[in-house]
Formats: sequence, C-alpha cells, structure tokens
Amino acid sequence: MTTTLLPTGRPRIDHLEMRQIVKRFPGVIACDHVDFDVRAGEIHALLGENGAGKSTLMRQLYGLYHPDAGEIFINGEAVTFHSPTDAIEHGIGMIHQHFMLVDELTVTENVALGMRSSRGPFLDLDKVEARIRELSQAYGLQVDPKAPVWTLAVGECQRVEIIKALYRGAALLILDEPTAVLTPQEADDLFATLHQMKRDGHALIFITHKLREVVAISDRISVLRGGRLIDTTPNQGVTRAMLARMMVGRDVLLERTHKPLPRGAVRLALRGVSAANVTGQPALRNVTLEIHASEILGVAGVSGNGQRELAEVVAGLRGMTSGRVEFDGHDVSAWSPGKRTDAGLAYIPEERMHDGIVQEFSVSENLMLQDYDHAPMSNGILLNFGEIAKRGRELVRDFNIRTPSIDTATRSLSGGNIQKLILARELSRDPKVLVAAQPTRGVDIGATEYIHQRLLDQRGHGAATLLISEDLDEILALADRIAVIYEGRIMDIVPREEATAEQLGLLMAGVTEE
Amino acid sequence: MSDEFLTLATLIGIAHSGVRLATPYLYAALGEMFGQRSGVLNLGVEGVMLMGAFTAYYAVYLGGDPWLGVLAALATGALMGLLMAVISVTMQAEQGISGIGLTLFGLGLSSLLLKVLVGAPVSVKGFSVWEIPGLSAIPVIGPIFFDHNVLVYLAYLLAPASIYVLNRTTFGLKIRAVGQNPEAADSLGVRVNAVRYATVILGSSLAGLAGASLSIGLLSIFQENITNGIGFIAVALVYFGSWRPLGVLAGALLFSTINAFQLWMQVLGAPIPSDLAVMLPYILTIVVLAVGVKQIRQPAALTKPYERGE
Repeated sequence: MTTTLLPTGRPRIDHLEMRQIVKRFPGVIACDHVDFDVRAGEIHALLGENGAGKSTLMRQLYGLYHPDAGEIFINGEAVTFHSPTDAIEHGIGMIHQHFMLVDELTVTENVALGMRSSRGPFLDLDKVEARIRELSQAYGLQVDPKAPVWTLAVGECQRVEIIKALYRGAALLILDEPTAVLTPQEADDLFATLHQMKRDGHALIFITHKLREVVAISDRISVLRGGRLIDTTPNQGVTRAMLARMMVGRDVLLERTHKPLPRGAVRLALRGVSAANVTGQPALRNVTLEIHASEILGVAGVSGNGQRELAEVVAGLRGMTSGRVEFDGHDVSAWSPGKRTDAGLAYIPEERMHDGIVQEFSVSENLMLQDYDHAPMSNGILLNFGEIAKRGRELVRDFNIRTPSIDTATRSLSGGNIQKLILARELSRDPKVLVAAQPTRGVDIGATEYIHQRLLDQRGHGAATLLISEDLDEILALADRIAVIYEGRIMDIVPREEATAEQLGLLMAGVTEE
Repeated sequence: MSDEFLTLATLIGIAHSGVRLATPYLYAALGEMFGQRSGVLNLGVEGVMLMGAFTAYYAVYLGGDPWLGVLAALATGALMGLLMAVISVTMQAEQGISGIGLTLFGLGLSSLLLKVLVGAPVSVKGFSVWEIPGLSAIPVIGPIFFDHNVLVYLAYLLAPASIYVLNRTTFGLKIRAVGQNPEAADSLGVRVNAVRYATVILGSSLAGLAGASLSIGLLSIFQENITNGIGFIAVALVYFGSWRPLGVLAGALLFSTINAFQLWMQVLGAPIPSDLAVMLPYILTIVVLAVGVKQIRQPAALTKPYERGE
C-alpha cells in the first residue's frame, strides 16, 4: 500500500478500525464488543450519554486504557498501544475535554513537552516556535507562542491543544466534547478548522452529546448506549429526534412547552454588586439584576466570567466588595448562608460533588442537611432517626432517585441521581428564591429532562429562579429572560422570545452592537 | 548597641560567616526544590543530611580523601532518596509523614553508627580553605567571598546551574510540567513517576552533600544531630524562595547572615541574652513564612501522588 502524506508531512491514516472492543471495570462493562471505524477525510461523530462508553472507547484508542479484548487496525495492520506515546507515534492525537495544558508553561513549552529535542537534553524552543507559527497559519489557529497558558482564553487553549496534536504529527484527531466550553462563534471557528483538516485528509472523531452539532458537521454518526454500539449511520436524513431515541432508548422530549406566566413582584434583587474571586481579582463588576416571582432568569456566558461568584454571592458564600442583595425587598447582604436558607433560599451548586453533598454521608443524611437542627429531624440536640429515614424514603420516591437504599453512601450514586438528590433536598422546602448553577452539567438526557421539568414546576409555584448555565440550549429552553455575563459584567438582558443564539454568542464574547 | 561591635573587621567577619554558613542550606534547599517542583515534598532532608554527614565523615576518618567523602555522601543521599521515592511515589504514602519517618531514621541510624564505628568523635582533615588566587586579594570582597573551601564555591554555582536545568533542558520542562499538571504530562508520554524518582533522588543526593559540607567542610567533625534543624529550615527556604533558585539563594543568605550575626554578637559578648540570639533566625523563618510566601507559585501538584485514570 502506498502511503499518502498529509500537508503536515506525516503519513495519512486511510482507515482505522476498532474491532469487537471489550473493556470491563469493576462491576460494569464499559465497552461491550464495540466495532468502530474512521477514514481519512471524514468526520465521524461518536454520540452517547455520559457513561455510554464513548470516552472509554477513545481512551483505548489513545493508549490510556488497554482493551480486555478486541483489536485495533491502522491501514489494515494490527496495532497495540501500551501508552499515549505509542498512539502518538502511530499518528493519533486527542483533544481532551479538560485541556491537558500546563498553565504555568508557555504555549511553546506546552507543545515541546515530552518531545525529543534536536539539541539532545537541551530545549530547542526557537524551532518549536517556528513550527507552531507554520501550523497556526495553515489551519487558521491563532495563538501567541510566547504567551503563558494561564493568560489564554478557553478558545485559545483549545487551539493550542490542536496545534499540539498536529505538531506531533496527528493524522487522526479525537476531539472529546470540544464545543462544551465555546461560544457559538468559537464553535464555528473550530468547525472551520476541522473542515480544513478533513479536506487535507485527516481523520476526525468528534465525541459529543449535542445533537445539533452532530447533524451539522459529521459525515457518519455512531451511537453508543450502555457500552454497546447501537448503530453507525451516514449523516443523511438523520433527525435529532432519531438520534435522541437511539441514545436514550426511548422517545425524548427535546423542546419543552413553556407557557408564559404572569410574573409577580421582585423576589431577588442584586444592586450594584461587585465581588472578587479566590485569587482576589475582580470577578463581578457592578451587577444589577432583578428576578420576579414565577420567573426564571437565565445567565448565559462562557465559563469563568463570574458565574460561580454570582451564585455564591446570592447564596451568601462569598463576600461582596460593594452593592447589596435583597430578598423580597429586605437587604440580606449581611445574612449568613443559614439565615438565607431559612428565609427561603435554595441553592444548587455548580460543584455538586464538593459543595452539594457530603460524599461519605448516606442518601438520607444528605437529604436532611438543611433541616437537621430543628423539628421534626431533631429536637435541637438529638437526631430523630425515624423521621430522617421517613423523609429520606419519601424524597427518594418523589424525586425518582435511583439508589439501592437510603443508607447507601451518596458518592456511589451516578451524577444524575446525585443532582436529583440535591434537587430533592432544595426543592422540597418549596423555596422562594432558587439559585441553580449548571444544574444539568454532566447529567444524562433522561435526568436532564426531569430536572428541567422540576425547575419549571418550581417556577409555577412562584419561585424566583436564577439559572446559571453554559449550555445555551438549556437557557433558551427554560429562561423567561436571559442575562449575558462577560468578565463579571452583565452585557445585556433580553426576553427569551427576542433572543437568538447568534446574538447571545456575540454578547458572550463581549461584543456589543454599539 | 555601642559601635565598638560594628567595626569593619566585624562586618567582614559576619559577611564571611554568612556566605560560608549558607552552604548546607543551599545544597539541601536547592535539592529539595527539585523534588517539590515535580510535586514531591520530602520532609526527610534532615535525616538524609545526617546520614550524608556521617558517611562523608566516616570515609575521611578511615583515611579517605575528602572527595571520597563527598562521593559517599552523594551515594548515601541517593539511596535514601530512592527509599523516599518508593514510599511516596510508588506506594503513594502521605508525604509529610513519610518524610518525618525518614528524618527520624537518619537521626537514629547516624547516631548509632557513630557510637558503634567511631565511638567518641574526633576531628578529621576535611576540605581546607582554598583562597582563589587573585580574587581573594581584593579588599573586603576577597575575604568575604573568595576565602572558603571548595564545597562553598560549588554550592553557589548550584543556583545558576539549577536555573539552567529547570528552564533550558527537556528534563527541566518535564519537572515543571509534572509538578503542575501531571495528567497533562502523562497524556504527552512523559513518565510522571520516573521524573519524580529522578528529582527525589537528585534532591536527596544534594541533601547528602549538604551533610558532607558540614562534617568535612565547615566543621571537620561529626556529632550526634550535627544538623540541628538545618534540613527543616531548608524545606522552609524552598517556600520562602517561591520555588525559584534565586529566591532560595536569597533566603539561604538572609538566614545564614542573621545566624552569623548572632554568633558574632555572642563571641564579642554583646549584651543580648544568648538564648534570644539563637532564636533570632528561627523567629525570622516563622515570620517570613507566615507573611511572605506566595502560595500562588506553589506547584499545583505538590504532595499529590499521581495515579492515571478517573
């Protein structure tokens, strides 16, 4: 077979095939006899819920895991990868969902890391830098090679990752949820780069759970569910509803009915709020928001633009440098989180494993964390275990939490069920003000559907909801009004009916029409 | 304080001692810095120094050349570094605890070996002072900087050498990456644990050399617990220096100069209670660590063992 070279000077991978791949972890089969293949000049989307086995399958292709059974062929030849180094040497690159960059190093140093230097033990950063400039020119990947990575925005970090893979001669690129952290415009830029690479003869695997993108950019689509390959299909005549059914195994409600409700009085207000982040840098700048009863205000924005601080300020977990927070017109700025909770605040934190639950506690213990210190859960000194168990069983039932028992350690539950547990604890108190930060991140479609319905129910009960999400589709599905946050400032607030993804995307990138 | 204490000769004397006394701190702290930059905190420096000091001393005591003593100290340090690496990198033990274990081990074993092999300590012929021709003749500067034994000079060369290794070599790049984001390094084929073994063994060898710089350099004798906390101060100096070689150098000099000052004040009979004077450098350390350390520069993976996977 003649090998064709890519413009990067590396041999092309005409065909890569994974045959009957099996990977077991204690208690689960993550990949159950999966067949998967990808060709040069193709974008092959790998679709599935969290835990469907997408990442596990790809980690085996990148040498991070070793298959228990099955084989991998490149251009018809069987290959075995013991480590990422082996995979890299065979022309495989992976862009991980969480960037694999060392923040303190420069772009060039990150690219050079782990590579042989032309000067032996001494670094040859000038050569590396020149090559980075060539690659960034060829594929429209704008980066400053000398910049330390911690100074880069998310979109730039992703470009560095792609350059890193190309620099290593990747002929096949695996992209794990590459758009999760991008604005719609940045995603478009990424797609342009991917199309360029595809034209040049790269093979591309695109892992995602976003149906819209799959339909938009892929040539073929494979769907995994519960570790099994459900189908591989060309992207012709495929609809989002069909894909969702394959992913979940049943029909899924993709668009939610969302009746406008007459909104009530202002329940939650932030007036001129400024606050600093962990490192003392300004994170919120003069934020003013009003949320009415029976209203969901969505806050859209790219990760790290002050969303976390916004949620924490309302919850009382972060001090403000100026401004105030009001519940029902009362200034609560000086109130502790506990006092705010007693006043009717519910908080669904972004980091559910760290801030939402005590991992080692049982399900029923986590469910009473807000109420442990008063009747009926306790008499103020001693806990009433009968009541705690009763409450636990009720909430597990009402909120459809899948757990072996109420005494199970909470950490062993799936992400979706942990989120339902937090929801159960917070919503069962029938809150007046609800802060929901990234409520469905990393949660499967089924649980997402359920959580969305619960948030809408709460809106029906008159709650004022601050919904913070990086998923624009989620905001567009639930919010009555949409505020866009950029570098700690509210760029604009638009009613949902008037909002378009494109307009929000520009605001998320800090672009105003003026 | 009256000015009879602070004559030019006294000041030169203090500065000379400061430069000299910084030696063991420099070896130990720069070595420790390599380990920490790769993510491993070795609190066993003190124990390694004691063993290095003893083996160097014993080699010379048996009639060896001081350079043989240096080799013995380096080898002892490397061996103890290997032990530390097995415990904290491979077995992933809590680093603070395993290091304290290593310190107690070194303290006990070096005292035992002294009693069994030597008995009452006698002084040996260690490295003698080597005045650098020409340079040592420069007034003021000469006696301060160029009137020392060879281990002192080497200690100061170690700082620029460390900068070069960290910033200009592939090994240095790996060290920095592994200490900040081992997962990223792993994904690029860097063998995280191999890098950590290398830095811990290198750091520990230098700790052994730090011990030798005491027993066959500055003092020419070995006594039980001769290091008296130098190893722990060295760990503190790495924090003080924000994990940068020049910062460590500055910290070592500041610390040793204050130490030299209090020693000279005692020798000259200054009216300060000696206990208070002895405490001075340590109080300084605590104050500086409490106010001065920029945690932001701390290697993100410090004290965290690396394990691949979720």
